[in-house]
Amino acid sequence: MSGNGIGYGEQGGEVAPELAQEAAPTTAPSVPAAFGLFSSDTKKNEDLKQMLESSKDSAKLDAMKRIVGMIAKGKNASELFPAVVKNVASKNIEIKKLVYVYLMRYAEEQQDLALLSISTFQRALKDPNQLIRASALRVLSSIRVPIIVPIMMLAIKEASSDLSPYVRKNAAHAIQKLYSLDPEQKEMLIEVIEKLLRDRSTLVAGSVVMAFEEVCPDRIDLIHKNYRKLCNLLVDVEEWGQVVIIHMLTRYARTQFVSPWKTDEDVGDEYNENNFYESDEEQKEKDRKVKKTYTMDPDHRLLLRNTKPLLQSRNAAVVMAVAQLYWHLAPKSEAGIISKSLVRLLRSNREVQYIVLQNIATMSIQRKGMFEPYLKSFYVRSTDPTMIKTLKLEIMTNLANEANISTLLREFQTYVKSQDKQFAAATIQAIGRCATNISEVTDTCLNGLVCLLSNRDEIVVAESVVVIKKLLQTQPAHHGEIIKHMAKLLDNITVPVARASILWLIGEYCERVPKIAPDVLRKTAKSFTNEDDLVKLQILNLGAKLYLTNSKQTKLLTQYVLNLGKYDQSYDIRDRTRFIRQLIVPNEKSGALSKYAKKIFLAQKPAPLLESPFKDRDHFQLGTLSHTLNSRATGYLELSDWPEVAPDPAVRNVEVAESAKEWTAILSKTKKEKPTEKFYSESEEEEEDSASTSATESESGSESEKERKEESSSNESSESSSSTGVSSDSESEESTEKKTSGAAEESDSEDIKKKAKEISKSRSTFSSSDTESSSSEESSSNSKSESDSNNDSDTEKSRNATSSKVTTQVFVPTKMHEMLHRMTGKGLSAHYQFSRQPCIFGDRMVSVQVTLTNTSDQKIENIHIGEKKLPPGMRMHEFNPIECLEPERSVTVSMGIDFCDSTQTASFQLCTKDDHFNVNIQPPVGELLLPVTMSEKDFKKEQGMLTGMNETSATIDVAPQNSTSRVITERLMKAANLGVVPSGQDKIHRFAAKTVHSGSLMLVTVELKESSTAQLIINTEKTVIGSVLLRELKPVLSQG
Amino acid sequence: MKMIHSLFLINCSGDIFLEKHWKSVVSQSVCDYFFEAQEKAIDVENVPPVISTPHHYLISIYRDKIFFVSVIQTEVPPLFVIEFLHRVADTFQDYFGECSETAIKDNVVIVYELLEEMLDNGFPLATESNILKELIKPPTILRSVVNSITGSSNVGDTLPTGQLSNIPWRRAGVKYTNNEAYFDVIEEIDAIIDKSGSTVFAEIQGVIDSCIKLSGMPDLSLSFMNPRLLDDVSFHPCIRFKRWESERVLSFIPPDGNFRLISYRVSSQNLVAIPVYVKHLISFKENSSSGRFDVTIGPKQNMGKTVEGVVMTVHMPKAVLNMNLTATQGSYTFDPVTKVLAWDVGKITPQKLPNLKGIVNLQSGAPKPEENPSLNIQFKIQQLAISGLKVNRLDMYGEKYKPFKGVKYITKAGKFQVRT
Repeated sequence: MSGNGIGYGEQGGEVAPELAQEAAPTTAPSVPAAFGLFSSDTKKNEDLKQMLESSKDSAKLDAMKRIVGMIAKGKNASELFPAVVKNVASKNIEIKKLVYVYLMRYAEEQQDLALLSISTFQRALKDPNQLIRASALRVLSSIRVPIIVPIMMLAIKEASSDLSPYVRKNAAHAIQKLYSLDPEQKEMLIEVIEKLLRDRSTLVAGSVVMAFEEVCPDRIDLIHKNYRKLCNLLVDVEEWGQVVIIHMLTRYARTQFVSPWKTDEDVGDEYNENNFYESDEEQKEKDRKVKKTYTMDPDHRLLLRNTKPLLQSRNAAVVMAVAQLYWHLAPKSEAGIISKSLVRLLRSNREVQYIVLQNIATMSIQRKGMFEPYLKSFYVRSTDPTMIKTLKLEIMTNLANEANISTLLREFQTYVKSQDKQFAAATIQAIGRCATNISEVTDTCLNGLVCLLSNRDEIVVAESVVVIKKLLQTQPAHHGEIIKHMAKLLDNITVPVARASILWLIGEYCERVPKIAPDVLRKTAKSFTNEDDLVKLQILNLGAKLYLTNSKQTKLLTQYVLNLGKYDQSYDIRDRTRFIRQLIVPNEKSGALSKYAKKIFLAQKPAPLLESPFKDRDHFQLGTLSHTLNSRATGYLELSDWPEVAPDPAVRNVEVAESAKEWTAILSKTKKEKPTEKFYSESEEEEEDSASTSATESESGSESEKERKEESSSNESSESSSSTGVSSDSESEESTEKKTSGAAEESDSEDIKKKAKEISKSRSTFSSSDTESSSSEESSSNSKSESDSNNDSDTEKSRNATSSKVTTQVFVPTKMHEMLHRMTGKGLSAHYQFSRQPCIFGDRMVSVQVTLTNTSDQKIENIHIGEKKLPPGMRMHEFNPIECLEPERSVTVSMGIDFCDSTQTASFQLCTKDDHFNVNIQPPVGELLLPVTMSEKDFKKEQGMLTGMNETSATIDVAPQNSTSRVITERLMKAANLGVVPSGQDKIHRFAAKTVHSGSLMLVTVELKESSTAQLIINTEKTVIGSVLLRELKPVLSQG
Repeated sequence: MKMIHSLFLINCSGDIFLEKHWKSVVSQSVCDYFFEAQEKAIDVENVPPVISTPHHYLISIYRDKIFFVSVIQTEVPPLFVIEFLHRVADTFQDYFGECSETAIKDNVVIVYELLEEMLDNGFPLATESNILKELIKPPTILRSVVNSITGSSNVGDTLPTGQLSNIPWRRAGVKYTNNEAYFDVIEEIDAIIDKSGSTVFAEIQGVIDSCIKLSGMPDLSLSFMNPRLLDDVSFHPCIRFKRWESERVLSFIPPDGNFRLISYRVSSQNLVAIPVYVKHLISFKENSSSGRFDVTIGPKQNMGKTVEGVVMTVHMPKAVLNMNLTATQGSYTFDPVTKVLAWDVGKITPQKLPNLKGIVNLQSGAPKPEENPSLNIQFKIQQLAISGLKVNRLDMYGEKYKPFKGVKYITKAGKFQVRT
């Protein structure tokens, strides 16, 4: 396999011109640029297509590998989409994986075709294996096709209450993907986040906090109840999750706790602590103890305590995260513990060093004491990259104080001689900064720098000049010698900045060097035209100053220079020239200003402050991208200031606090009990509602393909589900379980325990009632998994739609449908009607009542159902044979038919002792439903999830007499087995039901409009039934 | 935090040889900003790890002659990305034996599968080598032959369980006929020695690398004779922090195979014994196009162990044209392009100290180099942990068999630099 990618690439490179021409017409429009190259791709692609269509997995795999190779190189492989997507359901895991890779890359570009693959994922979402469910969710949510948003939403919701924490973790990841695809889903996603935040699994914690940060970082209220749990779980969360959680908790803490940094008195003191930091801090500690003005919130303490061990993490990002947390949250006396760990990171890769050093640089400005003990760890090695060297230098400069400056200067001497001139220049600046900051060494530094003026390297000299200039400005008193020395340098130095600096110095202190200054002006006037702009400006400056102090000697020179400047190419210089001339040369036009020219030019100038470039970085949260860039990055979340008064800490109180260990222990227990669990869930399904998937012949190809498979599997499961049929006491069982599942929302671990109890309970029920079902628990894992997955979705639904449950029908239609006319039936007539009762033969069945009447004058014996011709998937529970039916008598029997949520006809033979008649039962779509009660709120929530493809609507005429709420309800109920949803609005009527077979919700909304029209909206996953129902309901209200 | 959007792998000549997108596709042209920054930098080491472009941020690492350039769209802790990229490179190394362009190109499908598993929507998913190896089997010659014949694949056919347990670093069902646990205590001396031979800075950094091949779910505890030596420690996630805090014992359920158990720093109070000394005389004559070079390396007394694997590398000043040297031991090379002198000394015998001596030829007319170059020294000492750290005992719980245990000590030079 290894050769493929490369081999392909080579062939791609050699393009035979004739091939290119042949293939060009088909491909040119899509990629005009890569003309030749691409056309050869096409040729190859034909070949790949064939391989993909081949029946051999090895050929397909080979093709997929080559395609992935193309994707990796950034070549366009999109035209293979149809051929690739066909293999999405491949049995071979590797082919499947590679198809997933392909889908994620191209689905966005080929949305229509991508939809073909959706059903595969939907099916996999119900797989019994948690890893398959998880990966299906992953891929489904990675396909950025807006039309599947509702499907994604549903999948996320289901997965978020999956039993497997791994699936829930993936659900948390999917939240972000869906959010970026459709931000309008925000509200509903927040609900899922809220739920997942309550999750106690360490697997989930990191991912859901990630989603929280992405979707609703401002909803700090969602964290309260989970704060302590997150703190306690933190150590066991995987390292990447730790980083995210720590960052989030840092922000949280800054909004919820009061500052541990200062007592009321010393506000503003915090930035003044420099060398005396340590003692200062101790002082504060004492103050604190005495005044008792501050006691740390125990939750604040909890966070600090639980993050501390993570400083020992091997992951640099985790260490940095804890470090910034301590920096931003801990009392200053405690923040010291992070320095050791940060210094440790300096042993790491250069990139890690770079970021860590930047952060240390910011910290070391404010709190020298933290890093002073580690000064030597910042010593530079000649092998360090320049960027690391300069950062280390920066930190050393920040840490310099009276005690260590001599050591540092010795170290700096080595650096100045470095072959890396950029670094040498930086060192000179550092020396300058030390000199200004520590007055004891100013002279020493200055002397050192003057020595450097004779350095061979121009950059070093130039930098020294600039720094000396700055230093002299701070204390110009007795530095005439240095200035003279520098004036001599002017002949040799060519670096503009340095020349300009020297000129400025001479100008500024021209009165101290009265003999040299005019000479310098003379020299530079000569070279004026060849100088850099920067230097020219300083020559003008020097001229002006000399003109004011020593006009006798320099008047003409200055005039000359000004004339040169007047005709200079640079307008800056022309401007300056004009300005200076007006100012210094008095004439009638110049106003009062020229009197003050001397004062203006030779004013006392404040000495420049030599500051660290990291001075202002501390307003960014440490460890962030924004801090590194020193500019606000997109999506940066500001760290808020401490609140004056802490918000109520009681919001974080939780009734039950159990540790994660317990949870995982329970989980592992339940894992062992897998078969029982499955069994349990199956029984739950049986009791809770009928559920199975539907079949519709009219749906799109892929859809029906999927359905067919499901049908076959549901057939398999029919065995077990029918045999476990509803016993009378299961009704009560159901209600208790519902309660517990409702309560399970409170505490997951409790949930698990209860479930375990239920398992045993339901087990005993069944083993007594039906041994076959419990024995089938090992044998038919297939059927179980099917029903298990269904159950997953169903429990989910029942949990989501908290109060939605099947209710008894309100209205029973009396309409009888004829099944067998007495003429054709040789005296036997048969009618059927839909009782709208939950069917006792099976949850997925519609119960049908058949009335058999003997219109002949002889008794008819042995009436039974003979050969059945059912469409695939459809099942039928026959009525018990009737031994004898007397003349003129009739008998009503009930049977159950699983129509698989379709309006297909169930054909079978009705047999008597002597005859057999072919009969049909065709259900109106309205009878394939079971009413559901739910609150208006739940209705809206569910409706919100069933939008887009899942919504059908029509505008209908409403006859005037039909516009009252009673009539509407009555008529709709007559047409379909719906449950009324209490509505707050007069004009809107809502009905809810679910399909008998699959239990999919069917939401019907009638919204009355002006001029006797109404909007009829149906929301359902079962789009086909939805549209049929819409068609059937349309005439219902318009008829008089 | 949207984390990693895309990843580009770029070789030294600036070819993008692999791209992977976890969200919508970002055009390769975004790398132009990277190339621009690369051009500005003097060398590869100086390319800034974080680059800001108008619409994206580029965070990159440089490993084994490959730039891993990730595209980020929003605020994210840069270390998070950097650490992750290194983890990717580590994984390649682990899978293919080397993290090179050829290895990646040869295994592009595995690389893609790995990247797919390691990140979901730009957020790390599975980064533990134990788990990844269950998901995607590393290539071996035998397997690739078998695969090409049978058409089977590298994708694990059984699904991994480790990801689901609360010990995510260990796979279930490990079985060995020989149960072994080896620990290598490796200490490195970081030091800066100044001209006069006195120590400016010295520190001992250590790691314990483990190779654990034990069946089942062994629970190990490793104790030291002198745990107080360890000043600052960082742990593999498997180690129970609380046990360390209270008892100074490393207690853990190990991952299967090779991994780094801890890294540590020896407290700075302890004086570091420097095992070698260097006598040097390097000088460049004023107004002459030559200089002298004379370096002798010797072992310091009282070590009792042999110093071996000694290599000295020197970055000579730019003005150096060539060097004519004689080595009394080992061999030397001088690369006139990079100006790097490398002297492979080998073992030091105290009776006859290795010496490298000769003439340095300078570019005529160029000014005499300002500074003498620093000497970087590498060495190894077997059977010795220079800090004196000693493993006391290793106990195993949870499994019945008796494992074979071994501890090896080695001391190496870390960043060991002699200024001249």
